[in-house]
Amino acid sequence: MIRLLNIEFQKLWKNRASKVLTITYFVLLTLISLIAAVEFDIGPIHISVADQGVFNFPFIWHFNTYVADYFKIFLAVVIVSMMANEYSYGTLKQNLIDGMSKKEFVLSKFITVVLFALISTLFVFIVSLILGTMYSSYTEIGIIFSQIDYLLAFFVKLVAFFSFCLFLGVLIKRSAFALGFLLFWYMFEGISFAILKFLILGQKNNEETFIDKIYDFMPLESMSNLIIEPLTRLNFAKTIGSQVGIENIKDYSVHYTTLIIVLIWTAIFIFGSYYIVKKRDL
Amino acid sequence: METILSIKNLNKIFGKKVHAVNNVSFEIQKGNVYGILGPNGSGKSTTLGIVLNVVNKTSGEFSWFNGTMETHEALKKVGAIIERPNFYPYMTAQENLELVCKIKDIPYTKVIEKLELVGLLERKDSKFKTFSLGMKQRLAIASALLNDPEILILDEPTNGLDPQGIRQIRDIIRLIASQGTTILLASHLLDEVEKVCTHVVVLRYGKMLYQGLVDEMASNEGFFELQANDNALLMQVLDNHPSVKNCIEEEGKVIVHLKGKLEAEELNQFLFENKIILSQLIKRKHSLEEQFLQLTK
Repeated sequence: MIRLLNIEFQKLWKNRASKVLTITYFVLLTLISLIAAVEFDIGPIHISVADQGVFNFPFIWHFNTYVADYFKIFLAVVIVSMMANEYSYGTLKQNLIDGMSKKEFVLSKFITVVLFALISTLFVFIVSLILGTMYSSYTEIGIIFSQIDYLLAFFVKLVAFFSFCLFLGVLIKRSAFALGFLLFWYMFEGISFAILKFLILGQKNNEETFIDKIYDFMPLESMSNLIIEPLTRLNFAKTIGSQVGIENIKDYSVHYTTLIIVLIWTAIFIFGSYYIVKKRDL
Repeated sequence: METILSIKNLNKIFGKKVHAVNNVSFEIQKGNVYGILGPNGSGKSTTLGIVLNVVNKTSGEFSWFNGTMETHEALKKVGAIIERPNFYPYMTAQENLELVCKIKDIPYTKVIEKLELVGLLERKDSKFKTFSLGMKQRLAIASALLNDPEILILDEPTNGLDPQGIRQIRDIIRLIASQGTTILLASHLLDEVEKVCTHVVVLRYGKMLYQGLVDEMASNEGFFELQANDNALLMQVLDNHPSVKNCIEEEGKVIVHLKGKLEAEELNQFLFENKIILSQLIKRKHSLEEQFLQLTK
């Protein structure tokens, strides 16, 4: 295990592009704290993000994991290319000849991905904890650590997304095309959903139909369902909402069924990658 | 004799059509130098790919070291270079070799020694992508030797190299062979095989045509190149000798093909007794090339 991580670390760290992207990613994660300084005006209303209750425990877990999630694209590039490069450099072949088993090869990539997700979660945890203790109105231990399952959701979401990237890297073998496919798939889920629901079924409003239920099982959709957007939970959004008469009935909590769906996708991606590596002649 | 690799009835069919390896069986014994000969596309690389865990076999068996360990564990004791050298372009020569050490689970102690052996010590801190093809190929050899392997497998190691590069690689191979390392060399360059190999396996269209000692590859009695003042008389006399199959005159020389064993002294004496004095007498063996072409006809 340590040996595999060690191998993977050398492959990543000696590559300047991967190194820069990884460092950028973790710097950006820390910069979430800068949100505290954001202030802006909407007409006569002065809004300071820090005063909106963004950094209140336990809401901060939800808010920060949601925001931090956007930066994952940096690591996605690193992960896709770390897999695809092994094909384009021919080093997968060389690794196998040197005595690495195909299982070890896929495992070494997977534990790297898990480690990335783990460090990211740890980063978000620490940054949130510090921000929270600085700005939160509530600092009782019980409140601080309530709703911490957002961190678990964040971790699982990252592992799943990065596993998807790994899988695409193996499947497509070219970094640029794999990233392109990732974007395509993202749009495909959104557009095919809209076409099915609004064009084919002729749904007029945004009511939940069986199409929504089916799409809850799609890889990217299920991942994004893990952490629902927190913005409509903010004070000013609630105020605006109640003024225009929209009662907010959204469920923001982390659902364990979604967690399971996402974990199943992770397993499919990892075992799928292994299957391809095993079956493909080099 | 210790068996290093044994292959039994190996088959590989690509896409249900191309029968790249057809029922190939052979054994590699410790201490010998083997050549796998065959024209391009005869299944040499595919056979090696299968035993090296990068190509999946369709049927048949192979086992390393009498089947005492799993393929990937066995490969840690094997050094192999296949076709094109594959390393991480952004790492230096030394870093690339250290990575191989990590994969093979061995200490870094041999890295410098092997870089020196292949003459890359001064370039150890240069990135792989800055290397010429010859240097890349030499780095691949250093990498294959890192664990002082039980067997060294080389697939077309001089492909695409310039004459100096070919010479350098050959010298290294000969040096390694002289140290008693078992070598398996796949090549379509026959003089390459002839110069270093003791045993040979010949493949064509995936089928094995011959397996055995290089010297026994064809019924090789050899032939004579003779010259005398009167070549016509010479040929007339030779036709009466029991070991002579036929003689042909080529560019003023008489080429004598044999059907039985005949030493040069014996022939010389025979001709002398028949009052023919030779101005030239050379005993030759068929080159591997001629034998190979005969076999693969």
